[in-house]
Amino acid sequence: MSRRFKRQLVSYSFLLPWLVGFAALTIGPIATSIYLSFTDYGLMAPPEWIGLDNYVRIASDDPRFWTAMNVTFTFVVLSVPLKLIFALSIAVALNKGLRGLAVFRAIFYLPSLLGGTVAIAFLWRQIFAGDGLLNRGLEYAFGYDGPSWISNPSTALYTLVLLAIWQFGSSMIIFLAGLRQIPLDMYEAASIDGASRARQFFKITLPLLTPVIFFNAVIQTIDAFKAFTSAFVISGGEGGPIDSTLFYTLYLFQEAFVNLHIGYASALAWVLVVIIAIFTALSFLSAKYWVHYDD
Amino acid sequence: MVDLALKNIDKRFGTVDVINGVNLEINKGEFIVFVGPSGCGKSTLLRMIAGLEPISGGELTINGALMNEVPPSERGIAMVFQSYALYPHMSVYKNMAFGLETAGLPRAEIKVRVQKAADILQITHLLDRKPKALSGGQRQRVAIGRAIVREPNIFLFDEPLSNLDAELRVQTRVEIAKLHKELGATMIYVTHDQVEAMTLADRIVVLRSGNIEQCGRPLELYNKPANKFIAGFIGSPKMNFLNIDFRTSTDVNAKFSLADTRLSIPTTLQAEPGMKFSLGVRPEHISTDPKADVLLGSMAVSHVEQLGGQTVAYGQLQDGQSLIAVLEGQRAIASGDMLNVGISHQHCHLFGSDGNRLND
Ligand SMILES: Nc1ncnc2c1ncn2[C@@H]1O[C@H](COP(=O)(O)OP(=O)(O)O)[C@@H](O)[C@H]1O
Ligand SMILES: [Mg+2]
Repeated sequence: MSRRFKRQLVSYSFLLPWLVGFAALTIGPIATSIYLSFTDYGLMAPPEWIGLDNYVRIASDDPRFWTAMNVTFTFVVLSVPLKLIFALSIAVALNKGLRGLAVFRAIFYLPSLLGGTVAIAFLWRQIFAGDGLLNRGLEYAFGYDGPSWISNPSTALYTLVLLAIWQFGSSMIIFLAGLRQIPLDMYEAASIDGASRARQFFKITLPLLTPVIFFNAVIQTIDAFKAFTSAFVISGGEGGPIDSTLFYTLYLFQEAFVNLHIGYASALAWVLVVIIAIFTALSFLSAKYWVHYDD
Repeated sequence: MVDLALKNIDKRFGTVDVINGVNLEINKGEFIVFVGPSGCGKSTLLRMIAGLEPISGGELTINGALMNEVPPSERGIAMVFQSYALYPHMSVYKNMAFGLETAGLPRAEIKVRVQKAADILQITHLLDRKPKALSGGQRQRVAIGRAIVREPNIFLFDEPLSNLDAELRVQTRVEIAKLHKELGATMIYVTHDQVEAMTLADRIVVLRSGNIEQCGRPLELYNKPANKFIAGFIGSPKMNFLNIDFRTSTDVNAKFSLADTRLSIPTTLQAEPGMKFSLGVRPEHISTDPKADVLLGSMAVSHVEQLGGQTVAYGQLQDGQSLIAVLEGQRAIASGDMLNVGISHQHCHLFGSDGNRLND
């Protein structure tokens, strides 16, 4: 064996654990799920090849798929812009040279660390339940006896949107870093040009922040499409009441592990991948028209 | 006619005094240069005039009106930043039009003004470009253009040439001087480069540690620097300072010794024999004429630079004090040579031990 080959062998042997993990835990399942999506498979019997049947059924004969799409798109369309606007507002406020910035930054970031956890979803459930904290507060303050927000089909989804917005921390930190990048003399020049605070924000800050806005929007959109934990916990894994919080991933989960339609669920997963891919591609195509890159 | 006046202007950052009681009156149409070493407070003073930095104490008036609390856009000023501060996401046209659009001027009028400024600066062909597609010199012009379209009474420049290469710096300097003549506006210009100050200014204001050291026409500062700091700051190479000892004085002359040499300088001076003084001698005023008014003795040449038009000799006098002499023309001098040097009466600058000028 040449020395060079030996050296390469050594480096690859160091990489081996990761390569094995990558093959077994990432590439393997991806390939398997593609295969399964073309089969009828229920864990008990071996997968049976049925071609495109799963995909045809998704498109033509599955009302719950469309419900899940509807719920998920509503969630994405509401939670992403609202979360970004909220995160940006807080970032702008924090960027005004507040004392103790580091402390506030940490406090505001905390929900993002906690937000995805089951414990917080339980807490959220407790807040918005019929006898929850919110209603107790409302009753105490206004004598108003509120409904159970999470068991009411017309409000349940909005409590989840609210929970998503509450996890604005990571977007905010990125916005804050972006705001710091804008040179101060831009604002000085603008103030000599007579621009008010509002005009400076819309004509200087926002355009110069578009790369960061774009980044946050793409990341948050993908995250929102994949949202699962909060809906699972708050609806007890059902997507209820009456499918009003049936997130796409929740429906997928039910099909796979409750109804044991593994093949069908695999097809659902790939449809979601394609939807996210199309969304991301469209975002990048649109970027040319509104994102300003200074290079 | 006074355009802008500073009365006892102070600036503190926290507990640090950066500007201490500055008084200055600037006339309409004057070109004023603030010059001084880095960190002396030039930018701070300019930014207080612009309204970008609050004034800690004293009064700023423009055209007789108190300006301390007036926002920048209402002071009738325009500013050219060292970094240019162009809006990177706007075209050159938009950059120049931004202030006018903000002020709500009609589109047609904005167009006329931008075109006119672009013509003056010869950047008409760049109007559609973004700043990132421009060279340093072109960005500089756009920054000046953005100031011109505002048609301000007072232009403020903060080291506008410091990011340009040497050749472009000289060229732009000339253009700024021309622009001043063309527009007739008051200009306040900050630089740490004494050559820019000498060439551009109607009046130079020399700042040190937040105080005005001297204010006057460029040649006044060159010919009659008020103290050793200014004497050393204005002129290149730097003025030589020679330590001399007082001996005696008459009604018209003071006599000193410099090593074995006796000097007589026309001035009235009361002092004790043996007191230390400093004689300032500009390198370009040193001559090798044996009949010079004041002979400084012989200089041992240690290094020579031939610049073609001039010969620069570095060396020491008998007592070891170093001296630089700039002699006209191409002189056959080599290191190791002894050179008898002298100077005329009018070029002697006498400073006391406190650094202040004594002769006139
Ligand atoms: N925002 C600020 N906060 C604290 N100190 C400052 C600030 N700006 C300037 N200074 C200090 O004020 C002094 C003068 O600064 P500056 O006016 O920028 O000097 P120059 O332009 O003459 O180089 C410096 O010592 C600088 O450190
Ligand atoms: Mg400065």
